[in-house]
Amino acid sequence: MSWIVIQQSVPVFAQAFWLTLKLSFYGIIGAIILGLIASFLRYFKVPVLRQISAVYTEVSRNTPLLIQLFFIYYAFPEIGIKMSATAAGISGLIFLGGSYMAEAIFGGLKGVAKIQVESGLAIGLSRWQLARYVVFPQGLTLSVPAIAANVIFLIKETSIFTVIAIPELTNTALDQIGLYYHTDESLFVLVIAYAIILIPLSLILTWLERRARRGAFGN
Amino acid sequence: MATPLLQVEHLEKSYGDVHILHDINLTVATGSVTVLLGPSGSGKSTLIRCLNGLEDFQSGQLTFSGEPVTPSPKVWQKLRQKIGMVFQSYDLFPNLTVLDNILLGPLKVQHRAKAEAKEQAIKLLKEVGLADYQDSYPRQLSGGQKQRIAIVRALALNPDFMLFDEVTASLDPEMVRGVLEVLRNLAQQKMTMLVVTHEMNFAREIADQVVFLEEGHILEVTPGKQFFENPQTERAQIFLNSMDF
Ligand SMILES: Nc1ncnc2c1ncn2[C@@H]1O[C@H](COP(=O)(O)OP(=O)(O)OP(=O)(O)O)[C@@H](O)[C@H]1O
Ligand SMILES: [Mg+2]
Repeated sequence: MSWIVIQQSVPVFAQAFWLTLKLSFYGIIGAIILGLIASFLRYFKVPVLRQISAVYTEVSRNTPLLIQLFFIYYAFPEIGIKMSATAAGISGLIFLGGSYMAEAIFGGLKGVAKIQVESGLAIGLSRWQLARYVVFPQGLTLSVPAIAANVIFLIKETSIFTVIAIPELTNTALDQIGLYYHTDESLFVLVIAYAIILIPLSLILTWLERRARRGAFGN
Repeated sequence: MATPLLQVEHLEKSYGDVHILHDINLTVATGSVTVLLGPSGSGKSTLIRCLNGLEDFQSGQLTFSGEPVTPSPKVWQKLRQKIGMVFQSYDLFPNLTVLDNILLGPLKVQHRAKAEAKEQAIKLLKEVGLADYQDSYPRQLSGGQKQRIAIVRALALNPDFMLFDEVTASLDPEMVRGVLEVLRNLAQQKMTMLVVTHEMNFAREIADQVVFLEEGHILEVTPGKQFFENPQTERAQIFLNSMDF
């Protein structure tokens, strides 16, 4: 393995690094919003929309991101929805992540103790007030660990973006290998780059989980 | 006779195929204390939960302040402001401070002015000896303190009727007294109450009437003093003998 080669490839990897972060960021924010909406529909048993969200969840969870991306990037233009590779990538990540986030959030809502719901009802809260002041604050806290796991999962999924030629980290590494045959060096930098993102992030998320729990439940 | 605060007529309750409550008839006079006694599993909690709509029932009529109750989520939501309930487990909202726990109902449900509601909350906290804890979180309190605050939270809605389901049963013995003291004061202030308890000495002291329940049947409704000295049924006598007090 050549140190010089590694050094020379740093700038191009740095660009890919920021792009991976950016795509992950938008994808994850979008997924959390979509997940919130879907779990909301399910919690309040909103007719019709709830069924739509159930179908979405099934499709999203039971198809690979690869196929979802192909659909968004290659099939959608056929029906007049054209977008850049980047936009397609973010959309794919949101489509995939939304259902995972919905499961995580709904799981948290279901985990709120029955006695909490009952004591909310006992002081005359409406269903909406119960959700707003009791179930959602406690349930979202409970769902933080599952949300955190999904955040890591979704960042790793961005490596699939390479199939629609988005120059994120994995794509860049494969590119470097294809162009210069610097296989060892490129894979090495790739692993380091993912580690730089994922290891601190997972530490931050663990800390956040503990803080959220302490804030809401005191343990 | 004055209109009773609560009247229960021919209430029947099942969980699926299992019949839990049989032909429950019960009258609670305004300002009186009713103690509900019976062995474990006799249906005390189920009955008390039917009275504020946490459980539905198959048939029977409830009349509250002379108004027949037609059970629906809306009706119950309104009525629950008039019927406070405190459970066995200390069920404060862990994500809210003591004061916010207490004010949630008055502010969000009853839309009262914050200053007035807060003043009342603090007055109630003083009465239960916990005025210093308004900004604490539930996790910082002992079981007995939490239970007293749960009582305050229910009282803050100015209910006409209070339901207590074994509110001292999961407390350490040294915490029990403080909570019973709060109930005793309420009784003195002529709050109408329905109390499930295993504290027999306390029951004897505060009960205007005792309702004795076994296997979902009310076996007797007897004035408090008389029940403890000379119950009408043999089953109740056996129950009393089995209780160590
Ligand atoms: N959700 C439920 N589903 C089915 N059966 C239930 C349910 N809740 C209670 N029961 C049954 O109803 C009966 C009465 O229970 P309940 O909790 O009202 O008794 P209790 O008198 O309050 O007892 P304890 O003194 O132990 O609190 C019991 O046989 C119990 O198993
Ligand atoms: Mg019980």
